Amino acid sequence: MADFVSNFWSWFIIIPTVAGILGLVWLIRWMSEKPGAAPVKPESMGHVWDEDLQELNNPLPRWWLGMFYITLIFGAVYLVLYPGLGTFKGILNWTQVDRYNKEVADADKRFNPLYEGYLQEDLRTLVHNPKAMKTAARLFMNNCTICHSSDAGGSPGFPSLRDKDWLYGGEPETIKQSIMNGRAGVMPAWSAALGRDGVVNVAEYVLSLSGRKVNINAAQAGEEKYKQMCAGCHGTDGKGNTAMGAPNLTDNIWLYGGSQKTVIQSIEFGRKGNMPAHKDFLGEAKAHLLAAYVFSLSTGNLDK
Amino acid sequence: MATSETYNYKVVRQFAIMTIVWGIVGMAVGVFIAAQMAWPVLNFDVPWLTFSRLRPLHTNAVIFAFGGSALFATSYYVVQRTCHVRLFSDGLAAFTFWGWQLVILSAAITLPLGITSAKEYAELEWPIDVLIAVVWVAYAIVFFGTIIKRKTPHIYVANWFYGGFIVTVAVLHIVNSAALPVSFLKSYSAYAGVQDAMVQWWYGHNAVGFFLTAGFLGIMYYFVPKQANRPVYSYRLSVVHFWALVFTYIWAGPHHLHYTALPDWTQSLGMVFSLILLAPSWGGMINGIMTLSGAWEKLRTDPVLRFLIVSVSFYGMSTFEGPMMAIKTVNALSHYTDWTIGHVHSGALGWVAMISIGAMYYLLPRLFGRELYSLKLVEVHFWVSTIGIALYIVAMWVSGIMQGLMWRAVNADGTLTYSFVESVQAMHPFYIIRFSGGALFLIGMLVMAYNIWRTIDGAKPVTAAIPAPAH
Repeated sequence: MADFVSNFWSWFIIIPTVAGILGLVWLIRWMSEKPGAAPVKPESMGHVWDEDLQELNNPLPRWWLGMFYITLIFGAVYLVLYPGLGTFKGILNWTQVDRYNKEVADADKRFNPLYEGYLQEDLRTLVHNPKAMKTAARLFMNNCTICHSSDAGGSPGFPSLRDKDWLYGGEPETIKQSIMNGRAGVMPAWSAALGRDGVVNVAEYVLSLSGRKVNINAAQAGEEKYKQMCAGCHGTDGKGNTAMGAPNLTDNIWLYGGSQKTVIQSIEFGRKGNMPAHKDFLGEAKAHLLAAYVFSLSTGNLDK
Repeated sequence: MATSETYNYKVVRQFAIMTIVWGIVGMAVGVFIAAQMAWPVLNFDVPWLTFSRLRPLHTNAVIFAFGGSALFATSYYVVQRTCHVRLFSDGLAAFTFWGWQLVILSAAITLPLGITSAKEYAELEWPIDVLIAVVWVAYAIVFFGTIIKRKTPHIYVANWFYGGFIVTVAVLHIVNSAALPVSFLKSYSAYAGVQDAMVQWWYGHNAVGFFLTAGFLGIMYYFVPKQANRPVYSYRLSVVHFWALVFTYIWAGPHHLHYTALPDWTQSLGMVFSLILLAPSWGGMINGIMTLSGAWEKLRTDPVLRFLIVSVSFYGMSTFEGPMMAIKTVNALSHYTDWTIGHVHSGALGWVAMISIGAMYYLLPRLFGRELYSLKLVEVHFWVSTIGIALYIVAMWVSGIMQGLMWRAVNADGTLTYSFVESVQAMHPFYIIRFSGGALFLIGMLVMAYNIWRTIDGAKPVTAAIPAPAH
């Protein structure tokens, strides 16, 4: 009933469908030879168009008629077995949602013991289990690479998972938290508070933190503002704060790009990063496995 | 015994020439975007050259500019000659020509600019949609007006198909394009969610069923018996398959939305009627091919007839493949893969393009009162395009089935065997083969353009007197 506001609409589907199939049966019966009738000679209909266009009237080919009947019978049987005729569910009671749930349940039954086993293992020891890491690598390829790229090297806005720089901390347990519950990183926009010149000055100062060549005067002016407005998250030394996911600004690793233009853009308009939560989608066991794998990428202690 | 009245060949000539012009343009864009699939660097980082914007330009150009011009040209020719009267209105007919060209021009400008309603095969924004509707109403008046004032007692079968196509496309276009404009170049669909998707594919599949099938069956029913000089095989088969086809096609759209948010019952109806559609479709193929009985040897000597008959064979193949792909179990593998692209092109190149090409080879010499410049070049065109189609379809079959199998391959630990990008990598060689196939087909069209140009260069347009109808 869910798809229909009243029974009227159910009949609105059923009647034309049944009438349509019966109508097609009537049409081909009406136009085909009566069984046992003498074969008709293919005669011209006697009409002529455009000087020489004519029509014969050969009977409907029998094999073709047979094929037509088979599809009609198949259709009728299918609509008895499966949902199709309005609210009638079909005698098999089949739905695509049930079918999907059943397949998922079957897969869970088959594969869950394997993953539950991995879940019992410590993240640091799991790293040395080559079979587990092989499975984890495949999970990574199909779930993580769209953002973090096939070599885990990241892309603008999506951190590299191969280096030792971590927004929220690189302990395997922390990585697991990031995968399970996701992360939401927010850098506010500072254009209103700083003005265009202030933004440029702060950018110069920020670039100087990683030892880049900058305009000294601008950087000095920016330092003042940095201490007031940025140090709260990024720290007075610029080394960031993993508790709030504030990036380290001194290591020359840039989440959104390290050109002067992009840094200015980050300060002026802010940034919003979102790592989705995978707990409900992957389940804890697979997140566990992936955390060990990601940890192994940065520490390089994955047994080859 | 001829009357003093003449046929309106001018509008037929205009549309026939534009059929070839738009065919070359549309197919060239197709070859270019096929190359982009193989070598993405060809996007050049220029927004209006990207695949996303040129792909709708390609589909609109080949379906509505090339296919549409072929349908206008042939239907205006056929309806006059089989009704033994001049077109109902020369003025309205000229309006449909210039109006349709304006639609095409607007599409060619707006689509690369990224102005789109994002509905597949109905991307054009609302002001162009309004123009299409106006042109189409004028087309219907000219066509049915001519039918009404006909001098023959019976309406020839080709005209049933043209008529069915004209009426249904009007309904499809108006219902699917219903939208709320928010500015001159932006509108939002009148439907939402899965209903929008269903209306879209009801339109989309019937764009195939009526624009690309019923209309082109009209072409077949005139040009095959004419070129073969044989009577149509079976009148009663044409009655049965006409009514069964126009009734059944309308139901088939949901097979584009198998295993989606579309309710189960709608999917089932779409699948059942798609299967039932097999026999009505093959009715047309049988009538086309069997019209040749007693004249098979003409296939050896007449490359124009060969274009027409091979196109009907491709029609039979595509309309077998279509119902099979509509079966949910098959669709679970084929959906979202290149198999669909291969299927579409066996219909689009094999059926639609080849029958149009055959009809143009028949038509243009008669419209200009010249013999074809070179039958040899028609022969070359035939083989180049047939090989092109074969390369194209086989590449997409292999690539599509491989894609489907790679996506569903599962390891012993329950993980997917291949990542998506690995399936993309595996498709690369087939993209190159597909590009080559498309390029061959385009080369064939250029050969045709040269041949036609040599045929009609300097020729005086024919003025044909209307013969009295036989009785």
